Amino acid sequence: MRILALVIRILRQFIHDKRTMALMIIAPILVLTMLSLVFNGEELKLKIGAVNVPNAMIERIEGNNVTVTKLEATEDVKREIKENDYDAILNFGRSENEIHLEGSDPTINKAIVERIRSSMGSEQTEANMAIQYVYGSSEMTTFDHFGPVLVGFFIFFFVFLIAGVSFLRERTQGTLLRLLASPIKRWELVLGYVIGFGLFTMIQSAIIALYSIYVIDLKMEGSFFYVLIITLMLALSALTLGILLSSFAKNELQMIQFIPLVVVPQLFFSGLFNLDTISDYLSWIGPLTPLYYGAEALRDVMIKGQGISDIWVDVVVLIGFSLLFIILNIIALKKHRRI
Amino acid sequence: MSITKRYGKATILDGIELSLQRGEIFGLLGPSGSGKTTLVKLLCGIEEATEGSVQVFEERMPDLKLMKRIGYMAQSDALYVELTAKENLEFFASISGVKRAECKERIQDVMKLVDLEQHLNKKVEAYSGGMKRRLSLAIALLHNPDILLLDEPTVGIDPALRQKIWDTFEELRKKGVLILVTTHVMDEADRCTRLGLIREGKLIAVGSPDQLKTNTQTTTIEQAFLTYGG
Repeated sequence: MRILALVIRILRQFIHDKRTMALMIIAPILVLTMLSLVFNGEELKLKIGAVNVPNAMIERIEGNNVTVTKLEATEDVKREIKENDYDAILNFGRSENEIHLEGSDPTINKAIVERIRSSMGSEQTEANMAIQYVYGSSEMTTFDHFGPVLVGFFIFFFVFLIAGVSFLRERTQGTLLRLLASPIKRWELVLGYVIGFGLFTMIQSAIIALYSIYVIDLKMEGSFFYVLIITLMLALSALTLGILLSSFAKNELQMIQFIPLVVVPQLFFSGLFNLDTISDYLSWIGPLTPLYYGAEALRDVMIKGQGISDIWVDVVVLIGFSLLFIILNIIALKKHRRI
Repeated sequence: MSITKRYGKATILDGIELSLQRGEIFGLLGPSGSGKTTLVKLLCGIEEATEGSVQVFEERMPDLKLMKRIGYMAQSDALYVELTAKENLEFFASISGVKRAECKERIQDVMKLVDLEQHLNKKVEAYSGGMKRRLSLAIALLHNPDILLLDEPTVGIDPALRQKIWDTFEELRKKGVLILVTTHVMDEADRCTRLGLIREGKLIAVGSPDQLKTNTQTTTIEQAFLTYGG
Protein backbone atom coordinates (compact mmCIF):
# COMPACT_ATOMS: atom_id res chain seq x y z
CA MET A 1 0.00 0.00 0.00
CA ARG A 2 2.65 2.48 1.04
CA ILE A 3 4.96 1.10 -1.63
CA LEU A 4 2.19 1.62 -4.18
CA ALA A 5 1.77 5.22 -3.01
CA LEU A 6 5.50 5.81 -3.58
CA VAL A 7 5.37 4.19 -7.01
CA ILE A 8 2.40 6.34 -8.07
CA ARG A 9 4.08 9.47 -6.76
CA ILE A 10 7.33 8.80 -8.63
CA LEU A 11 5.49 8.10 -11.90
CA ARG A 12 3.46 11.30 -11.45
CA GLN A 13 6.66 13.26 -10.91
CA PHE A 14 7.97 11.87 -14.19
CA ILE A 15 4.78 12.80 -16.01
CA HIS A 16 4.97 16.36 -14.68
CA ASP A 17 8.70 16.64 -15.36
CA LYS A 18 8.70 16.17 -19.10
CA ARG A 19 12.25 17.42 -19.57
CA THR A 20 13.75 14.70 -17.38
CA MET A 21 11.63 12.11 -19.12
CA ALA A 22 12.82 13.33 -22.49
CA LEU A 23 16.45 13.43 -21.31
CA MET A 24 16.36 9.83 -20.19
CA ILE A 25 15.05 8.61 -23.54
CA ILE A 26 16.21 11.05 -26.17
CA ALA A 27 19.74 11.78 -24.92
CA PRO A 28 21.00 8.17 -25.16
CA ILE A 29 19.38 7.83 -28.58
CA LEU A 30 21.01 11.02 -29.80
CA VAL A 31 24.47 10.06 -28.57
CA LEU A 32 24.21 6.55 -29.98
CA THR A 33 23.18 7.95 -33.34
CA MET A 34 26.08 10.37 -33.39
CA LEU A 35 28.56 7.68 -32.42
CA SER A 36 27.28 5.36 -35.09
CA LEU A 37 28.11 8.05 -37.63
CA VAL A 38 31.58 9.01 -36.47
CA PHE A 39 33.21 5.84 -35.20
CA ASN A 40 36.87 4.98 -35.77
CA GLY A 41 39.01 1.88 -35.09
CA GLU A 42 42.10 1.30 -32.96
CA GLU A 43 45.30 -0.85 -32.53
CA LEU A 44 45.03 -4.41 -31.31
CA LYS A 45 46.97 -7.48 -30.26
CA LEU A 46 46.10 -10.50 -32.35
CA LYS A 47 46.16 -14.17 -31.42
CA ILE A 48 46.14 -16.59 -34.29
CA GLY A 49 46.06 -20.39 -34.33
CA ALA A 50 47.72 -22.21 -37.22
CA VAL A 51 47.04 -25.68 -38.62
CA ASN A 52 49.42 -27.06 -41.25
CA VAL A 53 50.85 -23.66 -41.99
CA PRO A 54 54.48 -23.60 -43.29
CA ASN A 55 56.98 -22.38 -40.68
CA ALA A 56 58.35 -19.76 -43.03
CA MET A 57 54.94 -18.21 -43.32
CA ILE A 58 54.28 -18.30 -39.57
CA GLU A 59 57.50 -16.37 -39.06
CA ARG A 60 56.37 -13.76 -41.51
CA ILE A 61 52.94 -13.39 -39.88
CA GLU A 62 54.34 -13.24 -36.37
CA GLY A 63 55.68 -10.17 -34.58
CA ASN A 64 54.30 -6.69 -34.30
CA ASN A 65 51.54 -7.54 -31.79
CA VAL A 66 50.70 -10.83 -33.49
CA THR A 67 51.27 -14.22 -31.85
CA VAL A 68 50.84 -17.45 -33.77
CA THR A 69 50.36 -20.82 -32.08
CA LYS A 70 50.70 -24.11 -33.91
CA LEU A 71 47.71 -26.38 -33.53
CA GLU A 72 46.85 -29.99 -34.30
CA ALA A 73 44.36 -30.45 -37.09
CA THR A 74 40.92 -29.82 -35.69
CA GLU A 75 37.41 -30.45 -36.90
CA ASP A 76 35.58 -28.09 -34.59
CA VAL A 77 37.12 -24.74 -35.34
CA LYS A 78 34.33 -22.86 -33.60
CA ARG A 79 34.97 -24.64 -30.32
CA GLU A 80 38.71 -24.11 -30.58
CA ILE A 81 38.18 -20.39 -31.07
CA LYS A 82 35.68 -20.10 -28.28
CA GLU A 83 37.68 -22.06 -25.70
CA ASN A 84 41.17 -20.77 -26.38
CA ASP A 85 40.21 -17.23 -27.26
CA TYR A 86 41.82 -17.14 -30.74
CA ASP A 87 41.05 -14.22 -32.97
CA ALA A 88 41.48 -16.48 -35.99
CA ILE A 89 42.59 -19.95 -37.01
CA LEU A 90 44.40 -20.67 -40.27
CA ASN A 91 43.82 -24.06 -41.77
CA PHE A 92 46.08 -24.76 -44.77
CA GLY A 93 45.75 -28.54 -44.79
CA ARG A 94 42.91 -28.79 -47.25
CA SER A 95 42.37 -28.13 -50.89
CA GLU A 96 41.62 -24.56 -50.06
CA ASN A 97 43.45 -22.39 -47.56
CA GLU A 98 40.92 -21.50 -44.92
CA ILE A 99 40.88 -18.53 -42.56
CA HIS A 100 38.36 -18.86 -39.75
CA LEU A 101 37.76 -15.51 -38.13
CA GLU A 102 36.27 -15.10 -34.67
CA GLY A 103 34.45 -12.28 -36.34
CA SER A 104 32.77 -10.24 -33.61
CA ASP A 105 35.19 -7.32 -33.90
CA PRO A 106 35.46 -5.95 -37.45
CA THR A 107 38.71 -4.12 -36.67
CA ILE A 108 40.35 -7.42 -35.75
CA ASN A 109 38.88 -9.15 -38.80
CA LYS A 110 40.33 -6.59 -41.13
CA ALA A 111 43.75 -6.55 -39.44
CA ILE A 112 44.09 -10.33 -39.67
CA VAL A 113 43.10 -10.59 -43.30
CA GLU A 114 45.51 -7.76 -44.21
CA ARG A 115 48.36 -9.36 -42.29
CA ILE A 116 47.89 -12.78 -43.87
CA ARG A 117 47.56 -11.41 -47.36
CA SER A 118 50.77 -9.43 -47.05
CA SER A 119 52.70 -12.43 -45.66
CA MET A 120 51.65 -14.72 -48.49
CA GLY A 121 53.43 -12.57 -50.97
CA SER A 122 54.55 -14.43 -54.10
CA GLU A 123 54.31 -17.95 -52.72
CA GLN A 124 50.59 -18.29 -52.97
CA THR A 125 47.89 -16.49 -54.77
CA GLU A 126 44.91 -15.00 -53.05
CA ALA A 127 42.53 -16.96 -55.19
CA ASN A 128 42.58 -20.14 -53.16
CA MET A 129 41.90 -18.51 -49.80
CA ALA A 130 38.47 -18.86 -48.16
CA ILE A 131 37.48 -16.58 -45.32
CA GLN A 132 34.89 -17.88 -42.90
CA TYR A 133 33.29 -16.09 -39.97
CA VAL A 134 32.49 -17.92 -36.76
CA TYR A 135 30.45 -14.97 -35.50
CA GLY A 136 29.47 -11.92 -37.45
CA SER A 137 30.15 -11.39 -41.15
CA SER A 138 32.20 -9.22 -43.47
CA GLU A 139 29.37 -6.70 -43.51
CA MET A 140 29.72 -5.98 -39.80
CA THR A 141 30.85 -2.43 -39.05
CA THR A 142 32.94 -1.26 -36.12
CA PHE A 143 29.86 0.25 -34.58
CA ASP A 144 28.09 -3.10 -34.60
CA HIS A 145 30.82 -4.28 -32.24
CA PHE A 146 30.71 -1.27 -29.91
CA GLY A 147 26.98 -0.77 -30.14
CA PRO A 148 25.84 -3.28 -27.52
CA VAL A 149 28.35 -1.90 -24.99
CA LEU A 150 27.23 1.65 -25.64
CA VAL A 151 23.54 0.78 -25.41
CA GLY A 152 24.26 -0.73 -22.00
CA PHE A 153 26.47 2.18 -20.96
CA PHE A 154 24.01 4.95 -21.79
CA ILE A 155 21.14 3.22 -20.08
CA PHE A 156 23.37 2.76 -17.04
CA PHE A 157 24.61 6.36 -17.13
CA PHE A 158 21.22 8.08 -17.31
CA VAL A 159 19.42 5.81 -14.87
CA PHE A 160 22.27 6.24 -12.38
CA LEU A 161 22.18 10.00 -12.64
CA ILE A 162 18.43 10.56 -12.56
CA ALA A 163 17.75 8.04 -9.78
CA GLY A 164 20.62 9.39 -7.70
CA VAL A 165 19.62 13.00 -8.10
CA SER A 166 15.95 12.44 -7.34
CA PHE A 167 16.72 10.52 -4.18
CA LEU A 168 19.17 13.23 -3.21
CA ARG A 169 16.49 15.86 -3.79
CA GLU A 170 14.20 13.91 -1.52
CA ARG A 171 16.80 14.52 1.17
CA THR A 172 17.65 18.15 0.44
CA GLN A 173 14.04 19.30 0.12
CA GLY A 174 13.23 17.69 3.46
CA THR A 175 10.68 15.20 2.21
CA LEU A 176 12.86 12.23 3.21
CA LEU A 177 12.79 13.41 6.82
CA ARG A 178 9.08 14.05 6.54
CA LEU A 179 8.58 10.51 5.18
CA LEU A 180 10.65 9.05 7.99
CA ALA A 181 8.41 10.84 10.49
CA SER A 182 5.58 8.71 9.09
CA PRO A 183 5.15 5.02 9.88
CA ILE A 184 6.78 3.96 6.58
CA LYS A 185 9.39 1.24 6.96
CA ARG A 186 12.85 1.73 5.50
CA TRP A 187 12.57 -1.25 3.15
CA GLU A 188 9.22 0.02 1.90
CA LEU A 189 10.83 3.30 0.99
CA VAL A 190 13.70 1.67 -0.92
CA LEU A 191 11.43 -0.84 -2.66
CA GLY A 192 8.97 1.87 -3.65
CA TYR A 193 11.78 3.75 -5.28
CA VAL A 194 13.12 0.69 -7.06
CA ILE A 195 9.70 -0.27 -8.44
CA GLY A 196 8.68 3.28 -9.38
CA PHE A 197 11.90 3.96 -11.25
CA GLY A 198 12.03 0.38 -12.45
CA LEU A 199 8.74 0.79 -14.31
CA PHE A 200 9.92 3.93 -16.03
CA THR A 201 13.30 2.37 -16.74
CA MET A 202 11.60 -0.57 -18.39
CA ILE A 203 9.98 1.73 -20.94
CA GLN A 204 13.22 3.65 -21.40
CA SER A 205 15.30 0.52 -21.96
CA ALA A 206 12.79 -0.86 -24.43
CA ILE A 207 12.73 2.34 -26.49
CA ILE A 208 16.53 2.66 -26.57
CA ALA A 209 17.01 -1.00 -27.49
CA LEU A 210 14.33 -0.84 -30.19
CA TYR A 211 15.83 2.31 -31.66
CA SER A 212 19.38 0.94 -31.64
CA ILE A 213 18.39 -2.27 -33.36
CA TYR A 214 15.77 -1.12 -35.85
CA VAL A 215 16.71 2.50 -36.59
CA ILE A 216 20.50 2.67 -36.11
CA ASP A 217 20.44 -0.89 -37.43
CA LEU A 218 22.89 -2.42 -34.98
CA LYS A 219 23.69 -6.03 -35.65
CA MET A 220 21.10 -8.18 -33.93
CA GLU A 221 21.54 -11.94 -34.04
CA GLY A 222 19.77 -13.05 -30.88
CA SER A 223 16.38 -12.51 -29.32
CA PHE A 224 15.10 -9.03 -28.57
CA PHE A 225 13.51 -10.36 -25.41
CA TYR A 226 16.94 -11.23 -23.96
CA VAL A 227 18.26 -7.77 -24.81
CA LEU A 228 15.33 -6.32 -22.88
CA ILE A 229 16.01 -8.50 -19.85
CA ILE A 230 19.71 -7.63 -19.81
CA THR A 231 19.17 -3.87 -20.19
CA LEU A 232 16.51 -3.90 -17.50
CA MET A 233 18.74 -5.76 -15.05
CA LEU A 234 21.60 -3.41 -15.87
CA ALA A 235 19.30 -0.42 -15.32
CA LEU A 236 18.18 -1.82 -11.96
CA SER A 237 21.78 -2.09 -10.78
CA ALA A 238 22.39 1.50 -11.94
CA LEU A 239 19.23 2.63 -10.15
CA THR A 240 20.13 1.03 -6.84
CA LEU A 241 23.77 2.14 -7.07
CA GLY A 242 22.67 5.70 -7.86
CA ILE A 243 20.37 5.83 -4.84
CA LEU A 244 23.10 4.37 -2.64
CA LEU A 245 25.76 6.86 -3.71
CA SER A 246 23.35 9.77 -3.38
CA SER A 247 23.53 9.30 0.38
CA PHE A 248 27.22 10.23 0.17
CA ALA A 249 26.53 13.43 -1.77
CA LYS A 250 25.49 16.72 -0.22
CA ASN A 251 24.09 18.29 -3.38
CA GLU A 252 23.47 17.68 -7.06
CA LEU A 253 26.96 18.82 -8.07
CA GLN A 254 28.57 16.20 -5.85
CA MET A 255 26.29 13.59 -7.37
CA ILE A 256 27.54 14.56 -10.82
CA GLN A 257 31.11 14.23 -9.55
CA PHE A 258 30.44 10.54 -9.02
CA ILE A 259 30.08 10.05 -12.76
CA PRO A 260 33.79 10.28 -13.71
CA LEU A 261 34.61 8.26 -10.60
CA VAL A 262 32.03 5.50 -10.74
CA VAL A 263 30.34 5.39 -14.13
CA VAL A 264 32.95 6.30 -16.74
CA PRO A 265 35.65 3.83 -15.55
CA GLN A 266 33.13 1.02 -16.01
CA LEU A 267 33.20 1.78 -19.70
CA PHE A 268 36.94 0.97 -19.85
CA PHE A 269 36.35 -2.50 -18.48
CA SER A 270 33.20 -3.26 -20.42
CA GLY A 271 34.96 -4.41 -23.60
CA LEU A 272 34.73 -1.16 -25.48
CA PHE A 273 38.52 -1.24 -25.46
CA ASN A 274 40.12 -4.60 -25.92
CA LEU A 275 40.39 -6.19 -22.50
CA ASP A 276 43.56 -8.13 -23.35
CA THR A 277 45.54 -4.92 -23.45
CA ILE A 278 44.54 -3.74 -19.98
CA SER A 279 47.37 -3.60 -17.47
CA ASP A 280 47.35 -6.36 -14.84
CA TYR A 281 47.27 -3.73 -12.11
CA LEU A 282 43.83 -2.71 -13.25
CA SER A 283 42.28 -5.81 -14.77
CA TRP A 284 40.77 -6.96 -11.46
CA ILE A 285 38.44 -3.93 -11.45
CA GLY A 286 36.36 -5.13 -14.39
CA PRO A 287 34.60 -8.04 -12.69
CA LEU A 288 33.55 -5.70 -9.86
CA THR A 289 31.50 -3.46 -12.13
CA PRO A 290 27.91 -4.15 -13.26
CA LEU A 291 28.53 -2.85 -16.78
CA TYR A 292 31.20 -5.55 -17.33
CA TYR A 293 28.51 -8.23 -17.12
CA GLY A 294 25.79 -6.24 -18.83
CA ALA A 295 27.98 -5.45 -21.84
CA GLU A 296 29.24 -9.01 -22.13
CA ALA A 297 25.71 -10.40 -22.10
CA LEU A 298 24.50 -7.81 -24.62
CA ARG A 299 27.37 -8.67 -26.99
CA ASP A 300 26.67 -12.38 -26.60
CA VAL A 301 23.06 -11.89 -27.62
CA MET A 302 23.35 -9.14 -30.22
CA ILE A 303 26.53 -10.21 -32.06
CA LYS A 304 26.86 -13.92 -31.34
CA GLY A 305 23.15 -14.65 -31.19
CA GLN A 306 23.51 -16.65 -28.02
CA GLY A 307 20.61 -17.46 -25.74
CA ILE A 308 19.82 -17.82 -22.08
CA SER A 309 22.28 -20.69 -21.55
CA ASP A 310 25.17 -18.34 -22.30
CA ILE A 311 23.94 -15.18 -20.59
CA TRP A 312 22.27 -16.45 -17.43
CA VAL A 313 25.42 -16.07 -15.35
CA ASP A 314 25.70 -12.41 -16.33
CA VAL A 315 22.04 -11.79 -15.59
CA VAL A 316 22.29 -13.47 -12.19
CA VAL A 317 25.36 -11.41 -11.32
CA LEU A 318 23.48 -8.22 -12.25
CA ILE A 319 20.54 -9.22 -10.05
CA GLY A 320 23.07 -9.91 -7.31
CA PHE A 321 24.49 -6.40 -7.65
CA SER A 322 20.99 -4.90 -7.41
CA LEU A 323 20.09 -6.95 -4.34
CA LEU A 324 23.35 -5.99 -2.66
CA PHE A 325 22.77 -2.29 -3.37
CA ILE A 326 19.15 -2.53 -2.15
CA ILE A 327 20.27 -4.03 1.15
CA LEU A 328 23.02 -1.41 1.53
CA ASN A 329 20.41 1.29 0.83
CA ILE A 330 18.16 0.02 3.60
CA ILE A 331 21.15 0.05 5.93
CA ALA A 332 22.25 3.52 4.77
CA LEU A 333 18.83 4.94 5.66
CA LYS A 334 19.58 4.02 9.27
CA LYS A 335 21.67 7.17 9.32
CA HIS A 336 18.39 9.10 9.25
CA ARG A 337 16.21 6.90 11.43
CA ARG A 338 17.19 3.82 13.41
CA ILE A 339 13.95 1.86 12.98
CA MET B 1 10.35 12.49 28.91
CA SER B 2 13.76 13.23 30.20
CA ILE B 3 16.43 13.65 27.61
CA THR B 4 19.88 14.81 26.72
CA LYS B 5 20.84 15.04 23.05
CA ARG B 6 24.37 15.35 21.81
CA TYR B 7 25.81 15.51 18.32
CA GLY B 8 29.43 14.57 18.74
CA LYS B 9 30.65 16.85 21.50
CA ALA B 10 27.96 19.49 21.08
CA THR B 11 25.18 19.17 23.59
CA ILE B 12 22.04 20.43 21.90
CA LEU B 13 19.53 19.52 24.58
CA ASP B 14 20.70 19.30 28.17
CA GLY B 15 18.65 17.29 30.64
CA ILE B 16 15.23 18.38 29.55
CA GLU B 17 12.43 16.90 31.62
CA LEU B 18 8.94 17.55 30.45
CA SER B 19 5.58 15.88 30.50
CA LEU B 20 2.76 16.91 28.19
CA GLN B 21 -0.94 16.09 28.55
CA ARG B 22 -3.61 15.48 25.97
CA GLY B 23 -5.86 18.43 25.43
CA GLU B 24 -3.24 21.09 25.80
CA ILE B 25 -1.42 23.41 23.46
CA PHE B 26 2.17 23.55 24.56
CA GLY B 27 4.19 26.41 23.16
CA LEU B 28 7.93 26.05 22.88
CA LEU B 29 9.61 29.43 22.96
CA GLY B 30 13.25 30.17 22.41
CA PRO B 31 15.80 31.90 20.19
CA SER B 32 16.99 30.14 17.04
CA GLY B 33 19.61 27.52 17.74
CA SER B 34 18.24 26.86 21.21
CA GLY B 35 17.24 23.29 20.37
CA LYS B 36 13.52 23.63 19.61
CA THR B 37 13.63 21.74 16.33
CA THR B 38 15.81 18.98 17.79
CA LEU B 39 13.29 18.53 20.59
CA VAL B 40 10.45 18.24 18.08
CA LYS B 41 12.41 15.69 16.03
CA LEU B 42 13.02 13.63 19.15
CA LEU B 43 9.31 13.66 19.90
CA CYS B 44 8.31 12.51 16.44
CA GLY B 45 10.85 9.71 16.42
CA ILE B 46 13.30 10.78 13.72
CA GLU B 47 16.03 11.46 16.24
CA GLU B 48 16.87 9.51 19.33
CA ALA B 49 18.03 10.73 22.73
CA THR B 50 21.69 10.23 23.65
CA GLU B 51 20.62 9.83 27.27
CA GLY B 52 17.18 9.34 28.68
CA SER B 53 14.08 8.50 26.71
CA VAL B 54 10.95 9.85 25.10
CA GLN B 55 7.74 8.08 26.02
CA VAL B 56 4.48 8.55 24.16
CA PHE B 57 1.31 6.84 25.40
CA GLU B 58 3.48 4.79 27.77
CA GLU B 59 5.55 3.46 24.83
CA ARG B 60 9.13 4.28 24.19
CA MET B 61 9.85 6.26 21.00
CA PRO B 62 10.73 5.69 18.24
CA ASP B 63 7.96 3.25 17.43
CA LEU B 64 6.31 2.89 14.05
CA LYS B 65 2.85 2.27 15.52
CA LEU B 66 3.04 5.43 17.57
CA MET B 67 4.25 7.44 14.61
CA LYS B 68 0.91 6.76 12.95
CA ARG B 69 -0.77 8.80 15.70
CA ILE B 70 1.56 11.77 15.33
CA GLY B 71 1.17 14.60 12.85
CA TYR B 72 4.43 16.36 12.11
CA MET B 73 5.07 19.59 10.31
CA ALA B 74 8.72 20.32 9.73
CA GLN B 75 10.30 23.75 9.81
CA SER B 76 11.03 23.61 6.09
CA ASP B 77 8.20 22.74 3.77
CA ALA B 78 8.67 19.14 2.77
CA LEU B 79 6.61 19.13 -0.42
CA TYR B 80 7.03 17.72 -3.91
CA VAL B 81 6.91 20.97 -5.84
CA GLU B 82 6.49 19.37 -9.26
CA LEU B 83 3.26 17.70 -8.11
CA THR B 84 -0.09 19.35 -7.50
CA ALA B 85 -1.35 19.97 -3.97
CA LYS B 86 -3.86 17.17 -4.39
CA GLU B 87 -1.18 14.70 -5.49
CA ASN B 88 0.95 15.68 -2.48
CA LEU B 89 -1.99 15.14 -0.15
CA GLU B 90 -2.92 11.81 -1.74
CA PHE B 91 0.65 10.60 -1.40
CA PHE B 92 1.05 11.55 2.25
CA ALA B 93 -2.44 10.23 3.02
CA SER B 94 -1.56 6.73 1.85
CA ILE B 95 1.84 6.89 3.53
CA SER B 96 0.24 7.85 6.86
CA GLY B 97 -2.35 5.12 6.53
CA VAL B 98 -5.52 7.08 5.72
CA LYS B 99 -8.10 4.67 4.32
CA ARG B 100 -8.80 5.03 0.63
CA ALA B 101 -12.53 5.59 1.18
CA GLU B 102 -11.90 8.46 3.60
CA CYS B 103 -9.06 9.97 1.63
CA LYS B 104 -11.08 12.32 -0.57
CA GLU B 105 -13.16 13.64 2.30
CA ARG B 106 -10.12 14.21 4.53
CA ILE B 107 -8.36 16.12 1.76
CA GLN B 108 -11.39 18.40 1.32
CA ASP B 109 -11.63 18.94 5.08
CA VAL B 110 -8.02 19.87 5.72
CA MET B 111 -7.77 22.07 2.64
CA LYS B 112 -10.86 23.97 3.74
CA LEU B 113 -9.28 24.44 7.13
CA VAL B 114 -6.19 26.11 5.68
CA ASP B 115 -8.24 27.98 3.10
CA LEU B 116 -6.67 26.36 0.04
CA GLU B 117 -9.56 24.35 -1.39
CA GLN B 118 -9.68 26.37 -4.61
CA HIS B 119 -5.96 25.73 -5.24
CA LEU B 120 -6.18 21.96 -4.92
CA ASN B 121 -5.18 21.18 -8.50
CA LYS B 122 -2.43 23.76 -8.74
CA LYS B 123 1.18 22.65 -8.85
CA VAL B 124 3.02 23.42 -5.63
CA GLU B 125 5.73 25.31 -7.60
CA ALA B 126 3.11 27.96 -8.24
CA TYR B 127 2.33 28.33 -4.52
CA SER B 128 3.55 31.28 -2.44
CA GLY B 129 5.57 30.72 0.73
CA GLY B 130 2.54 31.13 2.96
CA MET B 131 0.48 28.76 0.85
CA LYS B 132 3.19 26.10 1.07
CA ARG B 133 3.22 26.51 4.84
CA ARG B 134 -0.54 25.99 4.93
CA LEU B 135 -0.33 22.94 2.70
CA SER B 136 2.30 21.45 5.03
CA LEU B 137 -0.06 22.05 7.92
CA ALA B 138 -2.90 20.39 5.99
CA ILE B 139 -0.68 17.35 5.43
CA ALA B 140 0.12 17.14 9.16
CA LEU B 141 -3.62 17.17 9.98
CA LEU B 142 -4.54 14.69 7.26
CA HIS B 143 -4.66 11.47 9.28
CA ASN B 144 -6.45 12.86 12.37
CA PRO B 145 -3.43 12.49 14.65
CA ASP B 146 -3.71 12.44 18.45
CA ILE B 147 -0.51 14.42 18.75
CA LEU B 148 0.42 17.36 16.54
CA LEU B 149 4.04 18.49 16.43
CA LEU B 150 4.28 21.77 14.58
CA ASP B 151 7.62 23.43 13.99
CA GLU B 152 6.90 27.13 13.41
CA PRO B 153 3.56 26.50 11.69
CA THR B 154 2.52 30.09 11.07
CA VAL B 155 5.65 31.64 9.56
CA GLY B 156 4.69 33.64 6.47
CA ILE B 157 0.96 33.37 7.08
CA ASP B 158 -1.00 36.61 7.27
CA PRO B 159 -2.62 37.65 10.60
CA ALA B 160 -6.24 36.95 9.61
CA LEU B 161 -5.51 33.40 8.51
CA ARG B 162 -3.23 32.91 11.51
CA GLN B 163 -6.18 33.68 13.77
CA LYS B 164 -8.24 31.12 11.91
CA ILE B 165 -5.56 28.47 12.21
CA TRP B 166 -5.22 29.09 15.93
CA ASP B 167 -9.00 28.74 16.26
CA THR B 168 -8.58 25.33 14.64
CA PHE B 169 -5.86 24.41 17.13
CA GLU B 170 -8.23 25.38 19.91
CA GLU B 171 -10.96 23.14 18.48
CA LEU B 172 -8.58 20.22 18.16
CA ARG B 173 -7.39 20.79 21.70
CA LYS B 174 -10.93 20.54 22.99
CA LYS B 175 -11.24 17.19 21.22
CA GLY B 176 -8.29 15.96 23.27
CA VAL B 177 -5.46 16.42 20.82
CA LEU B 178 -2.08 17.35 22.22
CA ILE B 179 -0.49 20.13 20.20
CA LEU B 180 3.10 21.23 20.51
CA VAL B 181 4.09 24.36 18.60
CA THR B 182 7.39 26.12 18.39
CA THR B 183 7.10 29.82 17.74
CA HIS B 184 8.77 33.20 17.73
CA VAL B 185 5.53 35.14 17.72
CA MET B 186 4.71 36.39 21.20
CA ASP B 187 0.99 36.97 20.71
CA GLU B 188 0.73 33.31 19.70
CA ALA B 189 2.43 32.37 22.94
CA ASP B 190 -0.44 33.96 24.84
CA ARG B 191 -2.89 31.53 23.25
CA CYS B 192 -1.00 28.44 24.46
CA THR B 193 -2.19 26.45 27.47
CA ARG B 194 1.34 26.14 28.74
CA LEU B 195 4.65 27.50 27.63
CA GLY B 196 8.17 26.18 27.84
CA LEU B 197 11.04 28.62 27.57
CA ILE B 198 14.13 27.02 26.11
CA ARG B 199 17.59 28.52 25.90
CA GLU B 200 20.88 26.90 24.89
CA GLY B 201 19.34 23.45 25.23
CA LYS B 202 18.04 24.03 28.73
CA LEU B 203 14.41 24.37 29.70
CA ILE B 204 14.51 27.52 31.81
CA ALA B 205 10.83 27.84 32.69
CA VAL B 206 7.53 25.98 32.26
CA GLY B 207 4.08 27.25 33.08
CA SER B 208 0.93 28.88 31.79
CA PRO B 209 1.41 32.31 30.19
CA ASP B 210 -0.19 33.97 33.22
CA GLN B 211 1.95 32.04 35.68
CA LEU B 212 5.11 33.03 33.87
CA LYS B 213 4.08 36.67 33.84
CA THR B 214 3.15 36.65 37.51
CA ASN B 215 6.36 34.87 38.53
CA THR B 216 8.48 37.48 36.83
CA GLN B 217 6.19 40.37 37.66
CA THR B 218 5.99 41.37 34.03
CA THR B 219 3.07 42.09 31.74
CA THR B 220 4.15 40.38 28.53
CA ILE B 221 5.65 37.00 27.65
CA GLU B 222 8.48 38.81 25.92
CA GLN B 223 9.50 40.54 29.12
CA ALA B 224 9.05 37.32 31.08
CA PHE B 225 11.34 35.51 28.67
CA LEU B 226 13.98 38.20 28.97
CA THR B 227 13.76 38.13 32.76
CA TYR B 228 14.28 34.34 32.84
CA GLY B 229 17.10 34.49 30.33
CA GLY B 230 18.75 37.48 31.95
